[in-house]
Amino acid sequence: MTETTDEQNTKTAPAESRAAADGPLLKVRGLVRHFPITKGLLKRQVGAVQAVDGIDFEVYPGETLGVVGESGCGKSTMGRLITRLDEPTGGTIEFDGRDITHLSTGGMRPMRRDVQMIFQDPYGSLNPRHTIGGIVGTPFRLQGVEPEGGVKKEVQRLLELVGLSPEHYNRYPHEFSGGQRQRIGIARALALKPKLVVADEPVSALDVSIQAQVVNLMDDLQEELGLTYVIIAHDLSVIRHVSDRIAVMYLGKIVELADRDSLYKAPMHPYTKALLSAVPVPDPKRRTERDRILLKGDVPSPINPPSGCRFRTRCWKATEVCTTTEPPLVALRTGHQVACHHPENAPDQAPEDAPK
Amino acid sequence: MTAPIETTGAAAEAQPEAVLEGVPSKRIEGRSLGQIAWLRFKRDKVAVAGAIVVILLVLIAALSRPLQSLLGLDPNEPNQSLIDPNTTLPLGDFGGMSADHPLGVDPKFGRDLLARVLEGSWVSLIVAFGATLLSVAIGTVLGVVAGYYRGRVDAVISRMMDVFLAFPLLLFAIAISASLQGGAFGLEGLPLHLSVLIFVIGFFNWPYMGRIVRAQTLSLREREFVDAARGMGARGPFILFRELLPNLVGPIVVYSTLLIPSNILFEAALSFLGVGIQPPQASWGGMLNQAVKYYEVDPQYMLVPGLAIFVTVLAFNLLGDGLRDALDPRSR
Repeated sequence: MTETTDEQNTKTAPAESRAAADGPLLKVRGLVRHFPITKGLLKRQVGAVQAVDGIDFEVYPGETLGVVGESGCGKSTMGRLITRLDEPTGGTIEFDGRDITHLSTGGMRPMRRDVQMIFQDPYGSLNPRHTIGGIVGTPFRLQGVEPEGGVKKEVQRLLELVGLSPEHYNRYPHEFSGGQRQRIGIARALALKPKLVVADEPVSALDVSIQAQVVNLMDDLQEELGLTYVIIAHDLSVIRHVSDRIAVMYLGKIVELADRDSLYKAPMHPYTKALLSAVPVPDPKRRTERDRILLKGDVPSPINPPSGCRFRTRCWKATEVCTTTEPPLVALRTGHQVACHHPENAPDQAPEDAPK
Repeated sequence: MTAPIETTGAAAEAQPEAVLEGVPSKRIEGRSLGQIAWLRFKRDKVAVAGAIVVILLVLIAALSRPLQSLLGLDPNEPNQSLIDPNTTLPLGDFGGMSADHPLGVDPKFGRDLLARVLEGSWVSLIVAFGATLLSVAIGTVLGVVAGYYRGRVDAVISRMMDVFLAFPLLLFAIAISASLQGGAFGLEGLPLHLSVLIFVIGFFNWPYMGRIVRAQTLSLREREFVDAARGMGARGPFILFRELLPNLVGPIVVYSTLLIPSNILFEAALSFLGVGIQPPQASWGGMLNQAVKYYEVDPQYMLVPGLAIFVTVLAFNLLGDGLRDALDPRSR
């Protein structure tokens, strides 16, 4: 993967053909997670943090879905919901054709083999009291899987797979750097050969140079093992590097869902456009050419989100219809869905109330 | 992120190989957190001194009966020849110190004080260790369960702790010891007194342990390794005892070593009040109880058990403080 740009261009094609052949690996419909706010002695519910408020998407085998959004937009909650670390308030999650929305811990256990998670904080996700061998070997013990040649040999193979030495087997997490720890976390996630790996901000706690290593490692492993990824991040360059398709989230909703190239070349949602314009340009000559969109104000509270379109309070194109009607997520082009009344790079959806 | 990742791709590719090559051919020895704590503990001279005294005390207590016969002393053998029949005080200076009785004898009976202090040492330590073990066992299990499951389970356990902490422990201890004097549960005499002391002290001290463990668990359960274990399909007991408990060992060990001296003092206090170990069985608190009557004329009698308690409590406290510094998770 020395020529990364070539690699990226060819990568979308097989993913799409595979997608066409099989059904989606993960299918999410109307997923909702509200965290209740209670008050008083009787724990009366006075409101709810609408962390995830009705999202739909699919993940196809072999592809990488990137999820971006500001802090607090619900992307991590979404990740915890699809791995069932959290209980959804509403909606359905189908994995491999099976409804796993409200499976109990026991019912979920066999599925755990196929859905694994890579965590954000490499310092928090490894138990400091266990050896690396113990940590990477835990999935085998918990699932009662006896790999060929024994657990120890398989763990050492996994360590080698992620670029660590098998000699590290008896060491403890505190003896490793952040990047190495994240590799250990990846080895653990891959131990049971999962179909779907959900990575919640897998590189945002790492140094920039180490970020590239870990991202490339994940890329290579996807090729090698045919993994499907859902990668959650707030870093647009990371997302651009790894994703086949990208979902942009804002305040608990998906506002745009499109192929990577389509999204980066012609973003339709004003929020996506603003996000992309915020990516720093490394070339000072080109820096003056682009127009940077500065969003005004803060993200509204998810306890009391705005009516209609949730982005309207900060949108420069907002009109009357945005206040009254919530824009549905519709495909305005093949493989490019957007939830906006007045999209960029596409015909206006509410011409009778178009912005001047 | 100031530069797009693509530009660093080639450089990053070389890294995994470099990591492999950099591995020395000799076996890599991992150092566990326990080993690191031990290295840190060794540097703390005061704590090491405390540990040595504690080890000596435990050895003395465990070997107290053989030591007594080795020295040819009997804690319950009266020596009326050493007592002034008019004042009932020991004959001679310093409470009747002599080659035969290095720490002197007690008034009224003339029993050897060294033998009695030795005899009292195992009583004190067995009660303190037993009671601590009981508190730690109950406190740890209930604390970790309350902290992990939260909600109603936590509410019930926490209110239980409040009830126990609001209990007038001393009055209860006096009442229960007094009412069981005759014998109960098929036990009588010394075994009964020991069990009652262990039960009373241990059973009413667990909420302190429980609160510490619960608080630590509350913060630990939010760490991502707990989510990771759940994500692999771990059940509650696995998370409680395999993931959380190893991380609680530090505070539990520290608090236990600090609980032991307070239990020694409590045992002494109960025996002093006459509801703990009953005479003629020697115990440090019981000796103090009797010494109170004589302290103006025979201070030696009070000094011996008093010093024994003082040294023991100090040694355990120094050890506990040293362990706390060595195991402190914040300096990791």
